[in-house]
Amino acid sequence: MNPAATVVESLLPLPVLLPLLGAGAALVLAGRPTLQRWVSVGVLSAVVVVAAVLVAGAAERPRVVTVGSWPAPLGITLVADQLSTIMLLTSMSVTLLVLLYAIGQGTSDDDSRTPVSIFHPTYLVLAAGVANAFLSGDLFNLYVGFEVLLMASYVLLTLGGTRSRVRAGLTYVVVNVVSSLIFLAGIALVYAAVGTLNLAQISERMAAVPAGTQLTIHLVLLTAFGIKAAVFPLSAWLPDSYPTAAAPVTAVFAGLLTKVGVYSIIRTQTLLFPGDTVARDILMVAALLTMVIGALGAIAQDDIKRVLSFTLVSHIGYMIFGVALGTAAGVGAAVFYVVHHITVQATLFCVAGLVERVGGSTSTTRLAGLAAASPLLAVLYFVPAINLGGIPPLSGFVGKLGLIEAGVQDGSVLAWFLVGGAVLTSLLTLYAMAKVWVLAFWRPRDQLPVEHPEDAEVNDLDVADDPDRRYPVMIGAGRGRTGAESYSGALLGAPSAVADQEREVVALPRAMTAATGALVAVGLALTVFAGPLYSLTDRAAADLTARTPYVQAVFAQAVDDRVVR
Amino acid sequence: MSSSFLLLALIAILYTAGVYLLLDRSLTRVLLGVLVLGNATNLLVISAGGPFGAAALVGRAPESAMSDALVQALVLTAIVITLGVAAFLLSIIHRTWTLDREDDLTVDTEDRSVRRRLERDEQIDEDEFDTTGCEQTSDTDDERTSRAGAQA
Repeated sequence: MNPAATVVESLLPLPVLLPLLGAGAALVLAGRPTLQRWVSVGVLSAVVVVAAVLVAGAAERPRVVTVGSWPAPLGITLVADQLSTIMLLTSMSVTLLVLLYAIGQGTSDDDSRTPVSIFHPTYLVLAAGVANAFLSGDLFNLYVGFEVLLMASYVLLTLGGTRSRVRAGLTYVVVNVVSSLIFLAGIALVYAAVGTLNLAQISERMAAVPAGTQLTIHLVLLTAFGIKAAVFPLSAWLPDSYPTAAAPVTAVFAGLLTKVGVYSIIRTQTLLFPGDTVARDILMVAALLTMVIGALGAIAQDDIKRVLSFTLVSHIGYMIFGVALGTAAGVGAAVFYVVHHITVQATLFCVAGLVERVGGSTSTTRLAGLAAASPLLAVLYFVPAINLGGIPPLSGFVGKLGLIEAGVQDGSVLAWFLVGGAVLTSLLTLYAMAKVWVLAFWRPRDQLPVEHPEDAEVNDLDVADDPDRRYPVMIGAGRGRTGAESYSGALLGAPSAVADQEREVVALPRAMTAATGALVAVGLALTVFAGPLYSLTDRAAADLTARTPYVQAVFAQAVDDRVVR
Repeated sequence: MSSSFLLLALIAILYTAGVYLLLDRSLTRVLLGVLVLGNATNLLVISAGGPFGAAALVGRAPESAMSDALVQALVLTAIVITLGVAAFLLSIIHRTWTLDREDDLTVDTEDRSVRRRLERDEQIDEDEFDTTGCEQTSDTDDERTSRAGAQA
């Protein structure tokens, strides 16, 4: 191997290693908040740079590192092909910007006394888990990556341990533990069927397995990843648990966690089980239902965070649509959509955090006149909102157009249904976004509806839980959780004093606004550079559907290692 | 690949029991369900390694007579992960206990406001919500409040 090639390869483990080491350092520096912040920001910035180098490196050919120099089928391999590196760069950039937002939130709250020292280490562990999942060339290592990021997410979601967060956290933990166990069972089945867990080797051997066995294994894996990616009907946990967390936590979850599931589905569909028509049809129907039902749920909600959680679920459907098509055009559009959606969804949750701070609530029944009170905030909401809705020429439109084109090319009846569903969902999303805009931003303050006092009682007192009344929370059944959290305790989730309707509008905190603005700018940059980005994702998809580059790279590395020995 | 029928039967029983426990409202039972399901999955992984053989130590037995060492390594990792998750679940259950003196899954405020809207006739289909028969149990509310008062 020539030295230039090994430079890229030696960088490959860093996106996993740096955040883990950083997490250790941040934990040690718990008593020095400023230093801790610098460590986190520094580590994540370095990871973003490394990810950018890897994107350039993987454009040439997939890069492979065998950990500990154990040759490919035996040891753990890290593989950086175009899909992994694109996902890695996008997710790490968003993670960094959301971290800056979180720091801004902490600084402007002057929370130097509160013990949020656990936030930074956990956040870095989350980043390490995500990076490990993206770079893993091995099914079991993917599982470990999942578990690392899930453990971190359990802690982040229940940060502060308030009643509502503990309740939401329990649902989240149990659902994800079950999905992990299903994944592990899937791993056992794969190993029993083909005797290996190396992704490249599985893809070579799986063709020889009887079709029925293949389908069983395939569906077990899709169920596990479907829960993590929140594909309908496995999505009910998401809108129930995300909105209770602190704004930066929700933003990073919305950006990353479901997308790791989508990434795994892309890998399963393209590398492990290409051309399985039964699973393909199931995925297409699931994609259609995810899109439409999610969007309808978003319309029924009053609370901005819940609206966003439902649009998050809804737009997962777009990605599954592209992946299910299985053509290079479909997968390419899906990868582009993932990049767009990670950015725009994280931005919107950050904006929701700002709205909560400025308006004292995220419920559209309590918010009004935000556009007049804070024009900058209105712009920050408006741009990503219409981007999500798919207004041309923004990146959301480009992604949806690519998906619809791929669907039309496919031409099957189901694909046409999905094309129709995609257009409908786009309109419904736009309607949900416009509803929030009209109620929270445009409506004059004196037009606020009269509140039912009993609702206010429920919403303001987090304690008003009634253990003996339980109804399944179905889509669209919720009324906004309007209890505003105090910002000094936002990260810790301390329940706050009553949010006064008459309260003065608070000025936008500078650091948080800057971080949100940067996220909006990234979203716009995706629009400006949509051409090059789209050709990049298309090439990634061509490699994915061809399969050979990935497999060859892994085995060439294995041969290389043997020669070295 | 062959594997022991007894082991498969055990896995099936454990999965059944685990799912049953997981669906309970009591959080301790949910935790037990997670543990049982975890063990069922671990056994599944072990049985994926094929028939049992000698310990996988070089020199002790011919290679063909050894059992698969990889599945054991995988299960070891999985056990550690399950342990971590169980510890976290325990801590969160304890937290629920300190907050509510309650071992049950607490109710979302969303549900409550749906109920209120329904009582104000903002929603039409009352029967749909009344099938749980929860109406009769609302008296425990006061009981809880008084208990909480006594605690304080």
